[in-house]
Amino acid sequence: MNVIEVVRFAVAGLIANRLRSLLTMLGIIIGIAAVILLTALGNGAAQYIQGQITGLGANSITIIPRTAGGAAGSTSGASARPLTAEDAAAIADPQGAPDVAFVAPVVQTSADAASGRNTTSSTVVGSTPDYFPGSNTKIAAGRPYDRADLDEARKVALIGRTVADDVFGVNSTPLGQEILIDNVPFQVIGVLEARGQGGGLGNPDSNVLAPVTAVQSSLTGYGDLSQIVVGARSTDAQAAAESEINSILDRRHRIDNPDDRDYQVISSRQLAQVLDQTLSAFSLLLAAIAAISLVVGGIGITNIMLVSVTERTREIGIRKALGAPPSAILGQFLVESVILSVLGGLIGVAVGIGGTFIPLGDFKPVVLPSAVVLAVGVSIAIGVFFGGYPARRASRLRPIEALRRE
Amino acid sequence: MTEQDVPVLDVRAMSKVYGEGETAVHALREVDLLVRRGEYVAVIGQSGSGKSTLLNILGCLDAPTSGRYLLEGLDVADLDERQQSILRNRQIGFIFQSFNLIPRTTALANVELPLVYAGVSRRRRHERARAALELVGLGQREDHRPNELSGGQQQRVAVARALVTTPALLLADEPTGNLDSASTSDVLGLFDALHRAGRTIVLITHDDEVAERADRVVVVTDGVLTERTGTVAQQSSIRSRATT
Ligand SMILES: Nc1ncnc2c1ncn2[C@@H]1O[C@H](COP(=O)(O)OP(=O)(O)O)[C@@H](O)[C@H]1O
Ligand SMILES: [Mg+2]
Repeated sequence: MNVIEVVRFAVAGLIANRLRSLLTMLGIIIGIAAVILLTALGNGAAQYIQGQITGLGANSITIIPRTAGGAAGSTSGASARPLTAEDAAAIADPQGAPDVAFVAPVVQTSADAASGRNTTSSTVVGSTPDYFPGSNTKIAAGRPYDRADLDEARKVALIGRTVADDVFGVNSTPLGQEILIDNVPFQVIGVLEARGQGGGLGNPDSNVLAPVTAVQSSLTGYGDLSQIVVGARSTDAQAAAESEINSILDRRHRIDNPDDRDYQVISSRQLAQVLDQTLSAFSLLLAAIAAISLVVGGIGITNIMLVSVTERTREIGIRKALGAPPSAILGQFLVESVILSVLGGLIGVAVGIGGTFIPLGDFKPVVLPSAVVLAVGVSIAIGVFFGGYPARRASRLRPIEALRRE
Repeated sequence: MTEQDVPVLDVRAMSKVYGEGETAVHALREVDLLVRRGEYVAVIGQSGSGKSTLLNILGCLDAPTSGRYLLEGLDVADLDERQQSILRNRQIGFIFQSFNLIPRTTALANVELPLVYAGVSRRRRHERARAALELVGLGQREDHRPNELSGGQQQRVAVARALVTTPALLLADEPTGNLDSASTSDVLGLFDALHRAGRTIVLITHDDEVAERADRVVVVTDGVLTERTGTVAQQSSIRSRATT
């Protein structure tokens, strides 16, 4: 009696009970595929969102005024002050804020953009050349406005993809052409890269970017700022830059209690933190669902193995009566369940990994190798343990007890 | 003591009780039985008298509650599970009333099975299994599965399977109980031939005609053995003690 004979008996047993073998494997396949697919989804979502955050500009900080509602319950009684050019200048002072690399004041207004008979609504963003790195804005064609454009308040503009499409035609590149912003002529010097909806507040593809001096002189007048975009010296300096900004603005706006602030500092670092927490909760949820499906698969194996051994107790009795030693009986059923769980495991891995190639909107599932190893390991362990346990019991029955079972 | 002198079966004061307390069934009551090499013994008795219980213990398929059982001079109680499986494999050929062939498996594979557990090589296995099937007249049916064979043919496969390891002892529990008269005489003819060839056979039967072919007839009544008719010499080999 050698190992080859034991394996032969096991294979013969599996083939003789084809349907049951397939159904058992199906349980394992679904369990493992689910684990691999769900963890890949969680992983892919995490990578996608992290990519989006990085797209916001790694070192950038945005300061926006907080609306009156946000300051409700204020105890200081001081009325909310808007952000001003002086605020921006104070932050730009390297004495007060050594970790700040650049400051870009932003003036924003909505305006109609038109050329010939085409008109569309747009958001005009007036700022300085630092705005481009600060907001991680990329240019598809043309050039950004520069210091000279700013200093001379030249009416030059870079337009978002939607504006270009609506005003000059789909996929047009209207460099050098004239665009009327609320009837003020600007010269188009660049087209921005399409970013798609959801890249931030509003739709960046509807933006028209121009030097802040030109926007103030021709459209908004010299009033308050809509926001201030600040660049930190490095990613590591971001937290320090944030606290420097807070202390400068708290002093200038006469704020004693951080809860009473009339402005808000938003950074990609903070966003990343919040999203990280959300994501780990999301991943945990997916992992829990995956674990449940693995357990359900495991119960399936257990169930079928128990049925399989019980149903064949009589056969076990016959084999024992003919002189099969306990090790041969145990071996036969153990090998059966190992073959089932290994084969089911491999197919499950193939199905799971194959499933990650199904397109799912914006992001792509990314397979976690550790999940593959874990899922296969657990299913084999379950197969061996729960297939082995009833087989072991059966192998120890007296032949006559086994023969009496129907 | 020469090998001829060692009884194949030597049962001493053996009892078997099923269950406990109020519901206990005394299936065998301190029975003694001696079977010598080459004997053909028929065991008869009413249904429920304890015949199968006796034969199962003789075949090492079950353990007695008390008493001793020596097979070829070896005390079975001293053997562990693995050693008992070797005993079942090499020394005993067991034939069941219900054939007990492995379903969905060819006649040849069924007959080969004991040889697989005996560790016989594949080629030798085929040869010996074919020879055994030939012997029971089923040489042409080796690729048939149990559900493709008649009851008589299935029982002949089972006999071939019991013979293939050339065991010292053949045990048969009502082997013709499920067969028609033609198949019955086929199977009994086989036993006669095996007996003439010197095999030791213990066979349970309901049928007096079957019992007549045997050297000895042992009657089981409520778990007690008695020898029926026969010579004084034969009587001496059975020491039955009725319990009170
Ligand atoms: N597994 C068992 N559990 C309880 N009682 C049993 C069992 N097997 C047999 N018996 C009882 O033991 C007695 C003898 O049974 P058995 O040896 O099968 O009789 P026979 O083969 O002579 O018909 C019967 O009373 C039967 O009911
Ligand atoms: Mg019986």
